[in-house]
Amino acid sequence: MAVPITFENVGFTYQPNTPFEVKVLENINLSLPEGKVTAIIGHTGSGKSTLIQHLNVLLKPTKGKVWIDGREISANSDNKQLKSLRKKIGVVFQFPESQLFEETIIKDVMFGPMNFGIEEEEAERIAKEKLALVGIDEELFERSPFDLSGGQMRRVAIAGVLALEPEVLVLDEPTAGLDPKGQFQMLEMFMELQRKKGLTLVLVTHQMDDVAQYADQVVVMEKGQIVKQGKPIEIFADPTWLKEKQLGLPTTLEFLEQLNSALPYDLYQYIEEIPLTVNQLSASIFKLSKLPKV
Amino acid sequence: MSDKILMGRYIQLESVIHQLDPRTKLMATFYFILIVFLADNLLAYGVLLGLILLAVFLSDIPIGFFLNGLKPMFWIIFFTVIFQVLFTQGGTVYFQLGPMMITSLGLMNGLYIFLRLFLIIMMSTILTLTTAPLELTDGIEHLMRPLTKLGFPSHEVALMLSIALRYVPTLLDEAQTIMNAQRARGVEFDEGSIMDRMKAIIPILVPLFISAFNRAEELATAMEARGYQGAEGRTKYRQLAYGKNDLFALTLLGIVTVLILFLRFY
Repeated sequence: MAVPITFENVGFTYQPNTPFEVKVLENINLSLPEGKVTAIIGHTGSGKSTLIQHLNVLLKPTKGKVWIDGREISANSDNKQLKSLRKKIGVVFQFPESQLFEETIIKDVMFGPMNFGIEEEEAERIAKEKLALVGIDEELFERSPFDLSGGQMRRVAIAGVLALEPEVLVLDEPTAGLDPKGQFQMLEMFMELQRKKGLTLVLVTHQMDDVAQYADQVVVMEKGQIVKQGKPIEIFADPTWLKEKQLGLPTTLEFLEQLNSALPYDLYQYIEEIPLTVNQLSASIFKLSKLPKV
Repeated sequence: MSDKILMGRYIQLESVIHQLDPRTKLMATFYFILIVFLADNLLAYGVLLGLILLAVFLSDIPIGFFLNGLKPMFWIIFFTVIFQVLFTQGGTVYFQLGPMMITSLGLMNGLYIFLRLFLIIMMSTILTLTTAPLELTDGIEHLMRPLTKLGFPSHEVALMLSIALRYVPTLLDEAQTIMNAQRARGVEFDEGSIMDRMKAIIPILVPLFISAFNRAEELATAMEARGYQGAEGRTKYRQLAYGKNDLFALTLLGIVTVLILFLRFY
């Protein structure tokens, strides 16, 4: 279960050598820790989505090399050799519900595995399993995907990607446009899957709370370059820097910032470690307070 | 692939040609295509070629760019010219093989066909490269206005045109996104037999149609909510106005017409 992915001086330009040329990525050096969660954050248009299209070779770098599972991918790599890589790396694109097309939900989920040569019965078994995993009722399996609500369509589409049984799972804003409960359930489901199967997970998101809560490694992108890379604690240690990059703070830090500005002294000198989750925050505040211990 | 096709693209610049009224450019293009067929000798084609070169020069777009854009058309032009050369009879015969022969008239005809196609493609490329799609629809709507008296729904046609043009890039993006999503699920678009490739289109086509339906519904609702009720009683935000340069352009075309008629009949 290990698919090492490394970027080596990767650059990518759309429509090179034309007046429409757009440089999107420059000088990307990155390696994804296996079996860990990497969050990619950055302002809109910073090249996040282009970067993740390199992960399963939908795009090939115009400069530099990407190493996936020991295979070198550069500008001249042959397309035909790359299909087997795509099975190992599942990508859930933004608004994945737009990829549904089959007559029935189950067929749509089976579509991916069958493209990679899995027998029909086996594909059906996998599809049922994944649909149950994302919380779609069995009675819906034979219905058309277009009868479903937006949230359910999203689940079916995600099941379609999970059905490939990828070893690396890439999520491009998987919860955008879902209600709060749906967002929470969906992310929890992904994280549980990640822990259980030891997946390498890449999460592109604007939700700093999710980054703080789930990520092992954070990559900050700006204008097609990686400007910072490290553990969430290191990334969130400098709120002013983050605001400069037009990125938000996790709610916990937002709260501390406000509390700090209301206090006559610097609160941070009394806090040992920056709290990234609500639990950590309440613990830090509890330590600070001079409440009698219960 | 679609990166290389130049027709239908727009490049935003501030050149003389860019600032012409879209109606002038539309009329000029259609008119130009007509007079291309009037020309029947090399001198006349020379005049037209000169006009095109002037327009290219005034458009501030490098000529190499136009020539690059002609590349996809190369085979069409090439075949037409070859057929013209091989199957035209008359004049001095240079070479003959069965029904095929190369004659002086054939070579002349081949050259004319080549020049005509070249001139027409260049002119329409100048039109689309220098005129924003919305300006184009505005121009078309204006030019079609006289037809309203005959019961022709010029406003509706123009509205459909501008919405269609507005959604071309959006739908292209969407098609790209869907293609990527399906490729990630193991669909290969450039492999296998023709049948396989045609089957691979379905997973793109169905979602694309569905999303177009949804988009149309949402757009119609949004338009109604903003008080759209059809052509009647609407005012215009973008006003078209002829300027001095439009007069020059049309005069120039007039002069060219006179020149060509002169060269044809005297």
